[in-house]
Amino acid sequence: MLQIALWKRATIWAMVLIGLVLAMPNLFYERVERHNDAVQAIEIQGATPELAAARDAWPGWLPNGLVNLGLDLRGGAHLLAEVKVSDVYADRMDALWPDVRDALRDVRDEVGPIRRVDSPPAELHVRLSRPDGLAAAIEAARALARPTVTLTGVGSSDIEVRGAGDLLIVQLSEAERLATDDRTIQQSLEIVRRRVDEVGTREPTIQRQGSNRILIQVPGIGSAEELKALIGTTARLTFHPVVSRTGNPNEAPGAGNVVYPSMEDEGVYYVLEKAPVVSGEELTDAQPAFDQNGLPSVTFRFNPAGARKFGLYTQENVGSPFAIVLDDEVISAPVIREAILGGSGQITGNFTVEDSTQLAVLLRAGALPAELTFLEERTIGPELGADSIEAGKIASLAAFAAVLVFMWASYGLFGFFANLALIVNVGLIFGLLSLIGATLTLPGIAGIVLTIGMAVDANVLVFERIREELKTARGPARAIELGYEKALSAIFDANITTFIIAAILFTMGSGPVKGFAVTLGLGILTSVFTAIYVTRLMVVLWMERRRPKTITV
Amino acid sequence: MRLKLVPSETNWNFFRFASITFGASLAAMVLSVVLFFLMGLNFGIDFRGGTTIRTESTQAVDVGVYRDALSPLNLGDVAISQVFDPGFGPDRNVAQIRIQAQDDEASVTPETINAVEAALMAVDPAITFPSVESVGPKVSGELIRSAVIAVSLAMGAMLVYIWLRFEWQFSLGAVAALIHDLTLTIGIFALLQIKFDLAIIAALLTIVGYSINDTVVVFDRVRENLRKYKRMDLKELLNLSINETLSRTTMTSFTTLLALFALFALGGDVIRGFVFAMIWGIFVGTYSSIYMASNIVLMLGVKRDWSKDQDGGAGTQFANVDA
Repeated sequence: MLQIALWKRATIWAMVLIGLVLAMPNLFYERVERHNDAVQAIEIQGATPELAAARDAWPGWLPNGLVNLGLDLRGGAHLLAEVKVSDVYADRMDALWPDVRDALRDVRDEVGPIRRVDSPPAELHVRLSRPDGLAAAIEAARALARPTVTLTGVGSSDIEVRGAGDLLIVQLSEAERLATDDRTIQQSLEIVRRRVDEVGTREPTIQRQGSNRILIQVPGIGSAEELKALIGTTARLTFHPVVSRTGNPNEAPGAGNVVYPSMEDEGVYYVLEKAPVVSGEELTDAQPAFDQNGLPSVTFRFNPAGARKFGLYTQENVGSPFAIVLDDEVISAPVIREAILGGSGQITGNFTVEDSTQLAVLLRAGALPAELTFLEERTIGPELGADSIEAGKIASLAAFAAVLVFMWASYGLFGFFANLALIVNVGLIFGLLSLIGATLTLPGIAGIVLTIGMAVDANVLVFERIREELKTARGPARAIELGYEKALSAIFDANITTFIIAAILFTMGSGPVKGFAVTLGLGILTSVFTAIYVTRLMVVLWMERRRPKTITV
Repeated sequence: MRLKLVPSETNWNFFRFASITFGASLAAMVLSVVLFFLMGLNFGIDFRGGTTIRTESTQAVDVGVYRDALSPLNLGDVAISQVFDPGFGPDRNVAQIRIQAQDDEASVTPETINAVEAALMAVDPAITFPSVESVGPKVSGELIRSAVIAVSLAMGAMLVYIWLRFEWQFSLGAVAALIHDLTLTIGIFALLQIKFDLAIIAALLTIVGYSINDTVVVFDRVRENLRKYKRMDLKELLNLSINETLSRTTMTSFTTLLALFALFALGGDVIRGFVFAMIWGIFVGTYSSIYMASNIVLMLGVKRDWSKDQDGGAGTQFANVDA
């Protein structure tokens, strides 16, 4: 056991070295961070002297991975949003209605005149004037079904059609609903990501959680409220023909029409045709600008299809008003003075510069497919984070010093070896954290401190065992050998159990708890490695050089 | 001269007062359960929903004034407490305000938070809000569920692992020790009304990990001694094993406590509850591996003929993968 093959020694030293080199950038945290930011910025917008200087402050050939600081250490905003996936079902039903109408028109002889009636949002109800034609109606509607596009639901169709009395009821099938939910979440994720990216903050975390939730963490942003304003708005922009203007919010709009309030003038409502002429999906660009009166506005540009539709509509309706609607509120309802054929336009309203900038961002990023509700939100001020880092640093150093002194006092030279290994251990934890780009949280720091305390355990087990073996074994070499050999099963069991706990914490926990699990788990790996390889190698090297007749542990 | 926490050779009889220690442990557990039902836990917003606002000001915190400022807002249950930390100094006065959940599902609205902040700024213009956290009841319910699942999973995993590596008696003993540790920790949190939040669950699981670690080291020695001394009385053998590992047990507990006390004193008030739970857990975990786990193994008895199991007997088939 005391003979360690050369290649093993080389491997051990190499791993220690790699770990420490990977950990090193964290010692120069700010400089490396500026370097990384600069490299990224140069890639996007080209080099400027300041960026180049920031980049060159850290040599490019050195590793530049850093431990990410969690929100509780850096400050920032955390949101957990739930996507109301069922919103999309209603849209799908609305989109299906013209097709159903056309299909039923083909069997008009059997079903008679038809009418869409009120229904739960996820269903489409059509009343037939001739109930005996229901079978024919169902058959006609079923012909509209298309196969669902999913991995699991192959062969099932996207809609379910049934009848009840004189009602034809259409709704999405279970498989299609699941597939739709998934698409909705993916789309929402993508749009939230685009919106957050537009603001250009560093390393935001945007990830899906569970079936219909999105976790958003943005370091450095002032408050969760700001973040909510940015990502919480649906930002669905539509252009509708105006039917009339009214002061009564409860006015019966008539079939196919809706009543939306005006954003600017309180008490003013517009009756609009429900089907929009063009929608925000057909925008290609939106920029904040100023109108001819110098007021903040947003200019936009349609894609060719949108431009053609918009051009045609404006051409035919010169002189009549049309409404620009954002999230069911009328921004403005100007009168069409002339046909707008160029495919671009300008939205004016009662905007501030911030409003117009944000609206442009939202329009560029696209509309959310469904509404978001916020289940959890946390804002942590940067000062509080800085305080926590400071406190964590001091506490770790104090813990470190106390353990080092205590180990040295208890085990002398062997304690010194264990201390070296402990220093290597903490270095390795940081190296691994940087390598996998893990996030360090306040409980994570606690995990490291706990590891400092517990990491000596494996060494203690071995040293205590060596002490015992020294009483009986022949000579120090044999005692050390037996000490390592016999302590191994205890080390193995003790650390596997703790590692299982860390794994459970990691899978079940969220946020800070996860951070704790990561440092605890990595700490176990590195402490076992340092205790049974690094310390042993040091002990063996010392034995080889000194060849002591007796040892005291 | 080496520093020694316990003499290098001890021969203490840990089972002399076995009935008393075991009885005391059981009594403490019952007391903890009573406390839990009588006083309840001081759940943080993670588990009951609501909003916490941390305030900081150069002016002294006056809880009464804050309360009067907030009462016109009709927010329901509002708890205000001052936070103390030796690191703050005279110019930093920190308070924590907890407001009950205002909605059935979602987190609190920005309007409510703005109203609260405005009301507080009216009575103390120097006030700032370093952190605002809000959890909707929908999530907090799920957090409770996943916390309970996590703790049960951890216990189950330990039960199975110890059973595979040792014998079922050991596994029962270890898990009884874990239940003891968790119950007592929850008891002390109920007694002292320390805020019980998600981080405390992490602490509970760490206690599970630490306690099992400690127990396993003792059991590992028991297993070894069972092979070594085939005829020794089980009580004597357990005693011997505990004595042999005592030095290690105290060393490890002590170094871990050293680190944790440093964190407790210097780590700031945000994680103090978390660190307190772990310190407490180290004490009860160390105690329970001797007085609960080993005691139960002694009560249940162990099949002694381990030599035959060397070539693969029930329950110990993985016991020598590394030895």
